Amino acid sequence: MTGLRQTWQVTLRGVRVFLRNPAYMGITLTQPLIWLVLFGALFKAVTRIPGFHGDYIDFLTPGIVVMLAVSSAGWTGMGFIEDIHGGVMDRQLASPVWRGALNAGSVIYAALTIMLQTVLIVLLALVLGASYSGGVGGVLVLILVAGLLGAAFASLSNGVAVLARQREALIGGVTMVVLPLTFLSTALMQKSLMPSWIQTVARFNPVNWAVVAGRSAATANTDWTLVATRIGLLAALALTCAAFATRAFTHYQRSL
Amino acid sequence: MERAIEAKDLRKTYPPGVTALDGLSLSVESGTIFAVLGPNGAGKSTAVRVLSTLSRPDSGTARVAGIDVLGDPVGVRRAIGVVGQKHGSDGEATGRENLVLQGEFYGITGRDLRRRVAESLDRFGLTAAADRKVKTYSGGMARRLDIGMGLLHRPRVLFLDEPTTGLDPEARVDLWREIERLRVEAEMTILLTTHYMDEADRLASRLAIVDRGAVVVEGTPAGLKDDLDGDTIHVELAGPDGADARAALELVGEIDEVSVDGRTLHARARDGGTAVPAVLAALEAHGIRAASVTMARPSLDEVYLRHAGRAFSGKGAQPEALRMATTDREEVAA
Repeated sequence: MTGLRQTWQVTLRGVRVFLRNPAYMGITLTQPLIWLVLFGALFKAVTRIPGFHGDYIDFLTPGIVVMLAVSSAGWTGMGFIEDIHGGVMDRQLASPVWRGALNAGSVIYAALTIMLQTVLIVLLALVLGASYSGGVGGVLVLILVAGLLGAAFASLSNGVAVLARQREALIGGVTMVVLPLTFLSTALMQKSLMPSWIQTVARFNPVNWAVVAGRSAATANTDWTLVATRIGLLAALALTCAAFATRAFTHYQRSL
Repeated sequence: MERAIEAKDLRKTYPPGVTALDGLSLSVESGTIFAVLGPNGAGKSTAVRVLSTLSRPDSGTARVAGIDVLGDPVGVRRAIGVVGQKHGSDGEATGRENLVLQGEFYGITGRDLRRRVAESLDRFGLTAAADRKVKTYSGGMARRLDIGMGLLHRPRVLFLDEPTTGLDPEARVDLWREIERLRVEAEMTILLTTHYMDEADRLASRLAIVDRGAVVVEGTPAGLKDDLDGDTIHVELAGPDGADARAALELVGEIDEVSVDGRTLHARARDGGTAVPAVLAALEAHGIRAASVTMARPSLDEVYLRHAGRAFSGKGAQPEALRMATTDREEVAA
């Protein structure tokens, strides 16, 4: 109980920063719109590739959602690096606070932001003509999947931040991971049009799990087995990453 | 509970082989203020981190508030308050929010928490600024908030790691008053690290001088000063003839010990009043000109220089090295 309370208090800390900084809020909320419009314009040509079927905005929306989720989540660890340099982290670790709450609170805040961004993308895509034949339920699954994937990468980012303690290391890590994982998935390209080795790699790529689950749920003829297994995998990954980030504090303290 | 802090033979080495604690032992009586003095890099902060469970020693034992820091770190965390060298508050949050979050971390909630937060704001003069972001606070205000956060759960032992570093003189004196008040009103044990002599002299009932990861001397400020047994005479030379001057003074009967620090001579005499004329006469006899001669009654500075400083090394070239040097020490074979 105490752990949950503490988690929520840590989440609130992030939420307050978000609400109090109009510039930061503005960037967070405009980013999804820019991405959807830019990628939408750029990748419209995908639909003209022989073998592509379906409506491009329906196809692209889950891809953009997932791509934004990974890249937003990747920066979560910056908060911990600030806390370490500012003395906040040491004060927290000298208290009996549940270590899991420090990570979980920050991850939940990150996931909430990502889900808010997802809602914005979904609404804008609707304006641009997306049909969401999967209905409201399908859209909710897309939001959930974005949140889960974001949570996993936010924990990963936190863990790396606590271990490395350097902004540069985190920036390098995000750059190394986010784009390759996006391009090794069906986020922007239909599976049948990808080289076969990428198709193989994509099966083990969490970003792709989120893309296929979200896309299948949002369209008609949802493959619920596919959706359920991918959600299960993503949830397991999110928990594993959270355990890693929580353990990272022990490692950090050992080095003090 | 007789002893609030009991540390025995703490050792800690950081990779690649930097020794931070080299057999440090401390014993602090409950309800007292204990100061740990030492140059930068002496191991003060490492000692605080180990005693506050933030870090683990490689070997040695420590009990804080009667609880073993290695066996029950969470128990120790509940019993202590820690105010680090850096500001531990979140600048983007208000003072009140910082205090609330801190309370939640200690399991304090609801009405009890709100009451304690209001009391803390009031006590540390932050009520008017309670709902402003901490990044708008002055250094003194932020420091008072740090201490308020460290005290919110009413710890039995409080660690203050260089609490007044970076504060202006007025804020320092305010903080000193606050710390003294805490000891009296809250009957708390306070361990503070500092490199300001006046701070230790004013606040601490006992102090330990730490150098190179171990305690070099421990006692009451008065006792340590008495142990020095005599006055110190400082001679500022007009020329760079330090070695000659040292040789000259060593022949003076009233002088017990001499060292050179660049152009400054430090000499210890049982009775400074009679030694000064003898010193001047000896210098003149050797044709050495002195720019100034001053005499000091024993102060904590003298104690510090004697035990952790580099003044009596005969080697240190910069006066600042007296207080700050971390390397290249050579004990004088007196």
